[in-house]
Amino acid sequence: MSKPEAVKEPSMEMQKAMIARNYDAITSKHETGRKVSSTFVPGNLNELLMCFDIVNNLPEINAIQAGMRKASGGYIMEAEKSGHSEDVCTYVKADIGQMSKGNIAPNGKPYPNPDVLMLSYTGCYTFMKWFELLREEYKCPTLMLHVPYEGDGHSTKNMRDYIVKQLKEVVIPGLEQVSGVKFDIDRLRQYLRNSAKAEDNLVWCLEQGKVKPSPIDAYFGGVYYIGPIFTAFRGTEDAVSYYEMLRKEVQGRIENHQGPLTPEGTYFNDQKYRLIVEGPPNWTNFREFWKMFYDEGAIVVASSYTKVGGLYDQGFRHDPDNPLESLADYCLGCYTNLNLPTRVDLLAKYVEEYEADGLLINSIKSCNSFSAGQLMIMKEVERRTGRPGAFIETDLVDPRYFSAANVKNRLESYFQMIEQKRRGGGSKTVAA
Amino acid sequence: MRCFIGIDLGSTTTKAVVMDENLQILGRGITNSRSNYDTAAAVSKQEALIDTRLTLFRRALSNVPEVSGKVDDILSDLERNFRHVQFLEQLEDLQNTCIANIKGPRFAGREKVVIEALEGTFSRLRDSSAAQYAPGVKRKSDFFRDLAGAEFMSHGEAVCKEAGLGFDLILNVYDKSIIEVENRPPAGDMEGKFVRALEKGTMTGSSILAPVQSALAIPLEETYVVGTGYGRVRLPFPKEHIRSEILCHGLGAHMMYPDTRTVLDIGGQDTKGIQVDPVGIVENFQMNDRCAAGCGRYLGYIADEMNMGLHELGPLAMKSNKQVRINSTCTVFAGAELRDRLALGEKREDILAGLHRAIILRAMSILSRAGGVKDQFTFTGGVAKNEAAVRELRKLIKENYGDVTINIDPDSIYTGALGGATFAVRAVVN
Ligand code: SF4
Repeated sequence: MSKPEAVKEPSMEMQKAMIARNYDAITSKHETGRKVSSTFVPGNLNELLMCFDIVNNLPEINAIQAGMRKASGGYIMEAEKSGHSEDVCTYVKADIGQMSKGNIAPNGKPYPNPDVLMLSYTGCYTFMKWFELLREEYKCPTLMLHVPYEGDGHSTKNMRDYIVKQLKEVVIPGLEQVSGVKFDIDRLRQYLRNSAKAEDNLVWCLEQGKVKPSPIDAYFGGVYYIGPIFTAFRGTEDAVSYYEMLRKEVQGRIENHQGPLTPEGTYFNDQKYRLIVEGPPNWTNFREFWKMFYDEGAIVVASSYTKVGGLYDQGFRHDPDNPLESLADYCLGCYTNLNLPTRVDLLAKYVEEYEADGLLINSIKSCNSFSAGQLMIMKEVERRTGRPGAFIETDLVDPRYFSAANVKNRLESYFQMIEQKRRGGGSKTVAA
Repeated sequence: MRCFIGIDLGSTTTKAVVMDENLQILGRGITNSRSNYDTAAAVSKQEALIDTRLTLFRRALSNVPEVSGKVDDILSDLERNFRHVQFLEQLEDLQNTCIANIKGPRFAGREKVVIEALEGTFSRLRDSSAAQYAPGVKRKSDFFRDLAGAEFMSHGEAVCKEAGLGFDLILNVYDKSIIEVENRPPAGDMEGKFVRALEKGTMTGSSILAPVQSALAIPLEETYVVGTGYGRVRLPFPKEHIRSEILCHGLGAHMMYPDTRTVLDIGGQDTKGIQVDPVGIVENFQMNDRCAAGCGRYLGYIADEMNMGLHELGPLAMKSNKQVRINSTCTVFAGAELRDRLALGEKREDILAGLHRAIILRAMSILSRAGGVKDQFTFTGGVAKNEAAVRELRKLIKENYGDVTINIDPDSIYTGALGGATFAVRAVVN
């Protein structure tokens, strides 16, 4: 039988209710008459969509949900049957496969067809192909926001202007047309104000990874912390209250010298290894994967995955005074849009600032966008920080790509390697 | 004396190494992993402790002037006799187990004759066993099953024939019982067995007896045991006593070759590229992903596919003078590719040479991901015994990394256990 439900904190319960409400909003579109858009997590324009009363549906999140409910394997096979290759991003296949299997949302009701595909392109070409497939299926308009890649490691005024121009000339008029709602910049400002408030609290929470013992797990816990801000809730009052609640929970744990809760309901206080993790988690075996860490006393104090939808900890905030410009900056600065040296800088900085034992990379089989260059990243971070790195390989939502024995073996070796390095290995006893 | 033990539970064999607190290897032991990890661990440990005794005898005898130059003979005599005592003991266990297994409708009314046939068979087995352990005889196997099995067949058949009894009747009992006996942890009392072996031997002169007995009197105290290998989690050890095989192979290779920096281990289930620092600490490692392509298992499949023994692959590949290019190290594809090549009329040795190359190419990729090959390079694991694989490896290492020293130890199968034993010493001595 299935494992017992994960122990949940109040903030998790709240988030769960928020997500359920959003799924209800999506699936009741025909009753409410609200329009639905599909869009991606990195660089999404949630506040802007809200200005047009458009409900936000995120295929990546649906794939994750399917992965965690153990449904993705079947969907992927279904997509492969219709000709999608084994090597293609499994989010895409989970989504496509789900469509051909009735397209049922987690609340049991069918997903309605989207009214618009809002494609904010931030570094992954798969996005474009994915939406081409969806457009073919749904025959709805696609609004493309092209975000220039930060190839030189920084954005320029030119890039920002280019995005703002597209917002003004393509995206906003397009959304007005789809929704029939007139754009009101003051409404946007209000949402952005909410976003910034929530972002402040999120950043505060994530930075508590520096505390020892860490009151958060910035990877397995982190994926919950970033839920509202990266999806359909950024800009909402709900998100503001969620992050206030989260902050209080984290604060409470710090006061009690407690680590985060594990799914088994115990506080993870005995933290032996502090890690920085790069790459998305595996969703099909999420609990099992997480357990491999806390069983060995490994806590993740910072991760890059919690930055896929925005690098708030590096100072960026949505800005009500410069609404369109700040949306542009946001898109430019999300993790998938960064070049490799910038990613190395960021990760090396985390290793130092969070006093981590090293960098662990979870390389995703079917995601070329994240995975290209990761071994180089690891070597470079190792070289700069002098702390050991390690490399494991899993997949997003394809259960066939998760080999527990292999991952566990590598993780245990890595933790023991850290341990051995700490002790200095007892070189004195080495026989002459 | 304090003994530190490393046990490496591999998927096919289990190895143990005993060390003293000065990191000197005292003994090594090996057994089949078979189905029962606990027994495999116990057997390999006991084997290593027996080997340890022999080392202690050697040390004791080296101080006896009268036997100088004869120590090797004395020890091999002692070991032979010891093995014989051990064999007889297991044989007795097997006989009792067989007799206990004679029950059920199959034997109804015939129990007595079957027992008599068994007793007759075992009695002949005991008699003929002396020849197996006679001086100068090379034993065919180290495993009881192999040694007892072959003899049981010939004697059993003869006895049954004489008694007018179907051989399959006792064969059936044997098959059932041998598994039970094999999976039973071996009886203790190693000292007693050595004493009996001494008594059996011809060299019981007091100049030998006294030092051997004093070496026998040294208590072997299991101070710390470290387990590693794929079966490590099955060991009844607390967590601190378990180390990953990556660390153990790194450290074991360092103990064999202190200057080694890069280690390649091709085991049955996986391939690992490991970098170690000057004191044997693992700096970095990479291993194959969930797919075991290119590992020892792959060669196993190929051997099955070709209807050959695993140990025959290397020698046959060495006969090749034209290598066929095999592109796939995928176990499943390789079978297809192999049949395809055979159908095209390629020679078996040439195809095999290509397959060995494919394996080593994959290992080269894992090595380069782990940071390349540095001087000195050590190759461990079962595939290190395969000369065709070694030949390809030497070639490719030279092409890619120049003239680095390549170490291959004849005892490389013990590398993981050696690393484990070293960890055991470090856990206590530091
Ligand atoms: S970034 Fe990776 S996971 Fe995301 S859509 Fe692109 S390929 Fe898929």
